[in-house]
Amino acid sequence: MSARGFLESTTMGFARALTRAMLSEQTARQRGLLQSLDPRVRVVGLFALVLAVTLSRKITVVAALFAVAIVLALLSRVQLTTLIKRVWLVVLGFTGVIALPAIFVTPGSPVAQLGPAMITEQGLRTATLLILRVETAVTFTTLLILCTPWAHVLKALRALHLPKEAITMLAMTYRYVFLLVETATQMFDSRRSRTVGRLPPAEQRRMAGRTAGVLLSKSMATSEEVYMAMQSRGFRGEVEVLSDFHMTMWDYAGLVLFLLVAAVAVGVGR
Amino acid sequence: MHIPDGYLSPSTCAVMYAGAVAGWYSALRRLKRMLLSRVIPLISVFAAFSFVVMMFNLPLPGGTTGHALGVTIAAIVLGPSGAILALSIAIAIQALFFGDGGISTLGANCFNMAIIGALVAYAMYRLIAARAALASRRRVIAAGVAGYVAVNAAALLAAIEFGIQPMLFHDASGTPLYAPYPLSIAIPAMMIGHLTFAGLAEAVISAGIVAYLQVADPGLLRSTSGLPPEPAQARTPADAIALRPAASSARRLWIAVAVLMLLTPLGILAAGTAWGEWSPRQLAHAALTASPASSAAAPAGLRRLSTLWTAPFPAYAPTFVRSRSFGYLLSAMFAVGFLLGVSLVVQRFMDRHRRSGSTA
Repeated sequence: MSARGFLESTTMGFARALTRAMLSEQTARQRGLLQSLDPRVRVVGLFALVLAVTLSRKITVVAALFAVAIVLALLSRVQLTTLIKRVWLVVLGFTGVIALPAIFVTPGSPVAQLGPAMITEQGLRTATLLILRVETAVTFTTLLILCTPWAHVLKALRALHLPKEAITMLAMTYRYVFLLVETATQMFDSRRSRTVGRLPPAEQRRMAGRTAGVLLSKSMATSEEVYMAMQSRGFRGEVEVLSDFHMTMWDYAGLVLFLLVAAVAVGVGR
Repeated sequence: MHIPDGYLSPSTCAVMYAGAVAGWYSALRRLKRMLLSRVIPLISVFAAFSFVVMMFNLPLPGGTTGHALGVTIAAIVLGPSGAILALSIAIAIQALFFGDGGISTLGANCFNMAIIGALVAYAMYRLIAARAALASRRRVIAAGVAGYVAVNAAALLAAIEFGIQPMLFHDASGTPLYAPYPLSIAIPAMMIGHLTFAGLAEAVISAGIVAYLQVADPGLLRSTSGLPPEPAQARTPADAIALRPAASSARRLWIAVAVLMLLTPLGILAAGTAWGEWSPRQLAHAALTASPASSAAAPAGLRRLSTLWTAPFPAYAPTFVRSRSFGYLLSAMFAVGFLLGVSLVVQRFMDRHRRSGSTA
């Protein structure tokens, strides 16, 4: 295993997640193209573009959509270094490793010989298409996350006619993720301050089970308290979501543009 | 196992969304029969818990680390319906907020991990734990095995979804448009990683949590234990959404049977013939290749007997069905329907017998 133990690596993971969430809240407050549009337009528009990416069958069209994503990022003041670190390299590392063998094993017309293995034209094309597709789709999703506060994403999802209960649960879950991450970090920190040297792996596993168990007990107790608090404030299972968005001409123009780009991409890419 | 956007074709995504929506709908409907005001905070906080447990970087035997899914402990504490919703929400937040797993593939991810994962984990746990005492070691082992099997079932589904892509979606030149590997590569590639690391991580965390709860908070294990509730004990939050036994477990069984029937075409992938299921001709061929000196014919008795009974579906595929996988599916449906029919008749007969016995 890695040089760090279970305690250290898990606490680092928690810290990374919190940093990401904070970064999103920061970029979402900046003044940029995506930020200026109604959150519903952002959600619908970017989902349409993700759909267009999965629907188009030509490398050139997916590449053009990737260019659209970069332009959107620049106009929304999203740092390209953030995208490189958070999206492009991560996707390349993961999907790249998966796509690489396809160059050799996909049957088709050979273009080059590499030792005993034959590179086929079909293999090259499918690997490129897969990597480009995933890069572009994840960039669009990340742009939505980076430019929209979570509360707005949720309210906008309501416009897509998701059940109100589902949206309430998404909102509450997100809130309690941070509470539980904080609780878990405190548990790990206190345990780390009492631990000298390195624990054997079997003991680390037992500790992971116990920590998760404590966290589970605490979660259930929390849910009970939340339930009581909700009930004492008059909650009877009816969910109301306030919607204070209004569409302006600028929003409608943005929506039309998004859908137009997606439709053209699908039309040309088929 | 979180499938990103771009790996699955839009039509596959649509089918998986349809499957997921069916699962969500029935889970939500079952929970709505309970108190909705109680369900919302319970599922939400549990989803947050699952999310955090997925971030635990577990040390595994053999010196590597892995991440658990948390679906097994959700199924053990909340029951299958609660686990389906809690895990789906955790997966949705991962996709929407952390960009982990795609948006077009959200249906597939929820179907594989939350729905099938929860159903398999719950079924395995109940099967192995049976009616063992809450504090028994058997429950710890049951949780571990359930976790291992559930994660591998979810991984197998994901592998099948990957594997059918090049078969169904390619352009004129034969270039696969989505995940490029056929089933023969996708299944082993996915399963090696899950049979070793991911499955083990889920087993370790599920067994560990159950062992802890047995000592610290056994009430949380009660609602799905199959044991009668203790009147003296305070009801736990999970009891609020604990499953109804008789009717709903039968329905779950139907779902499990349907899934297994849909998975039957997998049989085509297994190379060769199952051991001991040779036809006389295959047997003769095998004998010939094994030792040329021996008699090149199948035993005379076998040859004579093999003509005695001709099955309606020889080799599991009726002759009028050209496609092999369709034939498999049809045979499976026929076989399952036949077995269910027989068991229904037997059950009816036994019920009547028991009733007449009790009145006598």
